[in-house]
Amino acid sequence: MRYLSNVSTLEFYSGKCTGCGMCVNVCPHEVFEIREGQAVIIERNRCMECGACVTNCAFGALSVARGVGCAAALINSMIRGGEPTCDCTTESSGCC
Amino acid sequence: MEKDNSPEAADIKNRAKCAPSQGGTVCSCRAEKSEPVQLKQVTPEIVQHKRWITGTVRTPMGVIYAVSTEITKQEIFEHLMCRISGFRKSYMVTPGLYAAGNPDSQSHVVVTANYKLSFDKVRESLADENVWILVLDTKGINVWCAAGKGTFGTAELINRIIMTQLTSIAGHREIILPQLGAPGVSAHQVKQATGFQVLYGPVYAGDLKDYFKSGCVASKSMRKVRFSMIDRLILTPMEIIPAMGIFAVFTVIIFLYFGLSLSGINFADAFKGAFPFIVLCFTAILSGALITPVLLPVIPFKSFAVKGWLAGIFMVWVSKQLFSWLNTPAPELTFLTYLMFPMISSYVALQFTGSTTFTGMSGVKKELKYAVPLYIITAIMSIAVLVLYKANQWRLL
Ligand code: SF4
Ligand code: SF4
Repeated sequence: MRYLSNVSTLEFYSGKCTGCGMCVNVCPHEVFEIREGQAVIIERNRCMECGACVTNCAFGALSVARGVGCAAALINSMIRGGEPTCDCTTESSGCC
Repeated sequence: MEKDNSPEAADIKNRAKCAPSQGGTVCSCRAEKSEPVQLKQVTPEIVQHKRWITGTVRTPMGVIYAVSTEITKQEIFEHLMCRISGFRKSYMVTPGLYAAGNPDSQSHVVVTANYKLSFDKVRESLADENVWILVLDTKGINVWCAAGKGTFGTAELINRIIMTQLTSIAGHREIILPQLGAPGVSAHQVKQATGFQVLYGPVYAGDLKDYFKSGCVASKSMRKVRFSMIDRLILTPMEIIPAMGIFAVFTVIIFLYFGLSLSGINFADAFKGAFPFIVLCFTAILSGALITPVLLPVIPFKSFAVKGWLAGIFMVWVSKQLFSWLNTPAPELTFLTYLMFPMISSYVALQFTGSTTFTGMSGVKKELKYAVPLYIITAIMSIAVLVLYKANQWRLL
């Protein structure tokens, strides 16, 4: 299943990448692959901006505007102001 | 309980001192205290109260609770309650270190959240294994949500490693985290602070045994988040139940609307006029909260708002074909049913973005940018139609 295309804020700075493969290990949607000693974004439209790759890249080669992909949280933050946070009113195998 | 004057204990204290404080919550105060950390004493009452504690295991750092790897009928019932009610909010275990089987210093250490459902999934998957389970304090939230919030995070993990004196209990320096904890945990920072290498294990606890067998290498399929029809179906009660609020409000308003006459409230009219609307509203909510999530990949377009709208208009149409009493004689009311109900379905479907495993914030923001103005316009138009219809009925026009 895919979500909207061309919206992810994922950025990759190839100059800093050492090809350690950590991003491949942590990404739940197979966004990366290691090719010739470097990470390559093979399908950025699968990215859900969870931030796992950014948090675990020790070399600062990635960035993303991470946040909750949750309409309720975003609507709440529009109305009340402040950062959209997820109050986990829904337990799920995935995000809340 | 063993007294803790070992050299390892001193080592822990030093490590605690060295722990970086960027996280802010690293508990370095313990390092200053002269007394070593005391692990909780197991009392018969605790064991009796918590059926899943089966006994204790001795470690160089004291006694640790051993847990059962079986899930009781009572727990299966509790898990069900978690899926359908607010019960989950207080379904927690005390954070700390637990033992599954009879682990020793060379056994694997797996980390999980203190939401009892998450914890239960882990211990259930460890039957016949000897493994340490390190439970982080995530305030009773599951791993993925807590990682997003940062409570299943670097600081808490470092803190918990120090508090449980894991450095002295484990002879190795590897801990296995669920892969979905990765958004909150920075593996290199944990290594720097504690010496422990974070290994990201499988997404699903059920794959843990295979993961151990493969020498702690997560295969491609273990790393991928699934979102099957069953997964989606399990989530729908928590979509339907909150949406019932909309339904209740709608029912009251529409009932009053149809009952309202120039001479007061007429209940016979209210019932007759409102009934098809109430049934269609219910249909719209189900198409947004149940049909759209379950048939998600089948319904065209990627936008949840559009999917919900399509499911809604289809269901309204089908219902009207099947049950002729859902058709209202007035054309403006027929128009209204096609205007309002698909939009309600769309709105409800959009809420499901919060439960999926693949929607990101930028995408949802984009949807909202288009959807919210449309919802507002629809609401205004619907009210206008209702007012016009009533005015016409009362011959005010
Ligand atoms: S984690 Fe960072 S350095 Fe390692 S492969 Fe990925 S982008 Fe490159
Ligand atoms: S933000 Fe999450 S989904 Fe996107 S590439 Fe990184 S790990 Fe994958």
